[in-house]
This record gives sequence, C-alpha cells and structure tokens, in this order.
Amino acid sequence: MSLELNDTLQTLVDGLTENFSDKLIEVYQSSGDTFVRVEADSILEISKYLKEKQHFVFLCDVFGNDRYTSDERFEVVYNLMNLRTQTRVFIKVRVEEENPTLESVSSVWKAAGWNEREVYDMFGVRFENHPDLRRIFMPEDFEYFPMRKEFPLLGIPGSIELPNTTPDTE
Amino acid sequence: MKVTDINSRVNPQFQEKHQRSIYKSLEDKHTTIEDVDIDDPLNAKMILNMGPQHPATHGVLRLVLQLRGETIEKTKLDIGYLHRGVEKIAENKTYQEFMPYTDRMDYLSPYSNNVALCTAVEKIANVEVPDRAHYIRMIGCELARISSHLLWLGTMVMDAGAISFFIWTFREREKIYDIMDQIAGHRFTVSHSRIGGVANDLTSDASAIIKEFIGKFPQELKDWHGLLDRNRIFIDRNENVGVLETDKALDIGATGPVLRASGFAVDQRIIAPYAKYDQVEFEVPTRLEGDNLARYFVRMEEMKESIRIIQQCLDKMPKGPIRSNNAKHAYPSKDEVYYSMEGMIHDFMMTDTGICPPAGAECYHAVESPKGELGYYIQSDGTGHPWRIKINTPSFRNLQVLENILDGEMVADTVVVIGGVDPVMGEADK
Repeated sequence: MSLELNDTLQTLVDGLTENFSDKLIEVYQSSGDTFVRVEADSILEISKYLKEKQHFVFLCDVFGNDRYTSDERFEVVYNLMNLRTQTRVFIKVRVEEENPTLESVSSVWKAAGWNEREVYDMFGVRFENHPDLRRIFMPEDFEYFPMRKEFPLLGIPGSIELPNTTPDTE
Repeated sequence: MKVTDINSRVNPQFQEKHQRSIYKSLEDKHTTIEDVDIDDPLNAKMILNMGPQHPATHGVLRLVLQLRGETIEKTKLDIGYLHRGVEKIAENKTYQEFMPYTDRMDYLSPYSNNVALCTAVEKIANVEVPDRAHYIRMIGCELARISSHLLWLGTMVMDAGAISFFIWTFREREKIYDIMDQIAGHRFTVSHSRIGGVANDLTSDASAIIKEFIGKFPQELKDWHGLLDRNRIFIDRNENVGVLETDKALDIGATGPVLRASGFAVDQRIIAPYAKYDQVEFEVPTRLEGDNLARYFVRMEEMKESIRIIQQCLDKMPKGPIRSNNAKHAYPSKDEVYYSMEGMIHDFMMTDTGICPPAGAECYHAVESPKGELGYYIQSDGTGHPWRIKINTPSFRNLQVLENILDGEMVADTVVVIGGVDPVMGEADK
C-alpha cells in the first residue's frame, strides 16, 4: 500500500529511518491517519527525538489496546501532534502479556502522567520511572484490569468493597 | 517541632489500600503533618479532604490538599467516582446503540458528544453526510457550547460569591433546552445526531426560536460583560488566580479554553475542520495571561463567536436530505420504513447488525467540544461492534492541569479555580 504523507510526516519517517532504522517496524495509514509502530524498548528515545527534533510537542493522548493474541498482546498508542504544521501522528508499541512493562514518557511530556495511569488501571501495563503510578479510576483495592477482553461486561461480584447500605447499624 | 508522615496517623475505614495509596502519593510530594507549635498554634500543616460530595467540586471530584495556614502547598486529585466503563460498554454495542451513552459523558453539552462519535464512525466507514445535516449539527454543537459555557459562567460566578447570576444564566439555558426540545424532541440528553446525518430536520418552529434566541442573546451577553468586566470583586477573585504559564500549558496537556487562555490558538475547528466549519467565519479568542480571568474572557468571547456561527449556518443552510441515502450506512427515513418492505428490512438490519467498518481499520477524529478537544479513536474488527473505542476527553486532561496549578494557591480560591477549569466528571471518569 502506498503512503500519502505530507511534508511533516515525510520528514518524520525519514528522520526515524535514519536515526532508528533498527527500531522502526512499520508505517501505515488507515482512514487518513498515520500510524508508526516502533520497538517497545526504544519508546523513550524516540519520544525525546520526536519532541526535540521533529517538534511533536503536544501529547494528546496515550491509550492501551488489547489485541487478544498470544504474542505481543497489549498495544500502547501515543497520540502526538505537531502544532507548527498541525499534523497528527500515532506511535504504537506492543508488549507481551506476561508482565507488560514500558518506559514512562512522562519525563518528556508531563501530560503522559495521568494517561499512563489510565493504561495501567485498565490494562495492567506498568510504566517504569513513572512519578506516581497508581490506579486512576478504580480503587487500589481492586485486583483486576477491566478493559482486558477476558474481564466480563457485568463485572466480578465481590471484587470491590461497597459502602455499607445500613450505616446506622454497626 | 516533630515531623511525622501521614500514613502512620490515618486509620481508613473504607477501601483502605486506596486511601493509603493517596496519602502515600501525597507523601511522595514531600508532604508532612507537623505537630502543633505551642507558641503559635496557627502555624501548622493540615491535610484537608475536599469532596467527593462537595457542592463546589461540580460533581464527584475529590481533592486532598496539604495546607499551611490558608495556603495550599500540595494537591492530589482522586477521580473515578463516576467511572461507568463506557469504553467497555461500547465494545459490546453497535455504533448507533452506543451513541446515547455519549450524551451521558459530558452531560452539559450532549450534542457535541453525539457529533463527535458520529463523525468518527463516518470517517472510519466512509459515510457521506449531506450538507444540510452538517449545518444542523453545527447549529446544535454551537448551541451546546453556549449552554455549557452558560453553566460554567453561572457556577463560576456563584463560586466567587454572586448567587443571583446563576439564576440569570439558567434562564438563558432554559431557552436552549426549549430549542433542543424543538430540534430533537429531548431537552437534555438529545441523541439527535445519527451516523450518516441527523434524526430529523429542523422544523419551522425550531428555526424561528433559534432565530429569536440569537437575536436576543447578544444583549444578555453584553449586560453580563457590563456587570463583570470591571467588577472589582470579580477581578480581585480571578486575576492572577490559578495561573497556567504559557510555556507549561502544552507540556501538561491542557486543552480547550484553558489552553487558549494561556496563549495557544489550538482549536479543532481550525486545525482539522469537520462538518462545514471551513465555510463559516469565526475567530478563536485567545489570551496570554493564563489566569482565571483570561479563561473568563475566552469563554465569553467564544459564546459571541458561537452566535456568529449559528447566524451564518442559518443563512447558508441548503435545502436537501438530512441523512445519507445509502441503506448500508444510515437508517432509512420513517416514511420508507412504514410503507416499503425494503425500508423495513434495512431498518431491521441497521438495528441488528449496524454499520460495519472494514476489518482492521483504525481512525481518530476529534471535534472541539465546549471543554476542548474531544476525540474518538475507533478500531474495527469488521463486525458491527467496535473492537476498541478510546475517548479522549478534555475534562480528564484539564483536571491533570488542575492538580498542578492548585499548588501555591489560597484554599479559598480552590473552588474558583475548579470553576475556571470547568471539569465535568461524567466525562473525566468515563
């Protein structure tokens, strides 16, 4: 499939090919959006490079995705924006199901802090060197990762402590 | 003076691990509680829990503040009290079935949320939308923006001490509810947008009351400007309060009016025009100060621009269909459903299976909701249900800003700063 890249994206792809040729896995487009998949261990270096050299200064979102495959099950997507040319690009990394860990990019974009907490909360992907890696929506006492595909839609009874419904009686 | 950590002093009764981890994270910000100084009892640190049940937090937001006297030294936010897992629900619904859930995300501007989902699905499934539907959507979105900003204005000014203002803004909101009732048949959760268009055309009554509203509303805005712009109390409460510096705003991921009040004219309507925003003229108000007063001016001017956009939409709106005529893409009209067999079959197929984007397709589409960039990432597996929907909500991102700008403020300004950031917990907690 041929790619239709504008100047910013072309510079981005050229820059990544030049500096991270062994880390770049694929570049593809879908519905007009451009996705770049890179090796998981290089995400911090590539983030720094994109912010400092390619002016992708605005991190819009970080989110997880459960591919439900036996290898490289979880995917983490970084939604970046270059405000000079107003171009959006998505950087993807994949991690294994067993003990998924990634390097945190909150040192590059402070905005990643809460988004990474959300990915951890929903999928159980841990971020190393994160300043405050706690669950964000669910309480700490909760033991499951609800956005994983095997988690039932109706939830797991008894998995979360609920308030006493008769507070006046001890 | 003895310094001790918090966790050894608290004894949480409920969800103990969760409470302890919040205090732990406060300690990681180097928070301590000191014992009372006998010589000066007022010179002591305390931890204040505010919310989740607190009228000024606009929902179920919980703040844990470390105070020294009246100054906030450290803040931690605890969100998730309204977490319903809508992304999980979305994976088990067809796209159209999920649309009414989006009303309940940012419940102050439901129309923008409907449009955000529908435009994202239209992008991934290549659905053509008729021009008239685009203009109706734009009118709805801009009315929703005014409605949302009116609630922000009322509550924010109320937080600053002026109660009667709340009643005046709600009188105007009531008119918008009536308009929504005429447009969509619902006052609050409108669910008017459909994939491929909108549910029904504007009636002549609806057009008439929209015209009446946009004729009278600018005068109201002018009156409010007259009351607040040079109001000593209002300015003292808001100027240099909750400052988000320009150089930090991007790094910390602010969006919407909060980002624009810090000097960046980032607006999805300009960056990536959807609907017919490239056909209308409007300004993107920005300020440089980054304080609460700047956010006030940005939102007030946005309301004025919204009126301009609605006016242009009414002028430019062409006649024609309001929904895609392709039975694989959109619901057929009720006339067809009731009077033809094919129409009924198509209606049934849309409800049962729904629209099926190509397998493996991915897309992200963002609209400018009143609170900022509201984006939907959709990944399809070729069935009528999405494999993954990620909703990038502006309130979530602005609350992260709030956690950082509260440090160093006065405790009495907390509610004003929350009001200025304007979070909606239904959206932040998803």
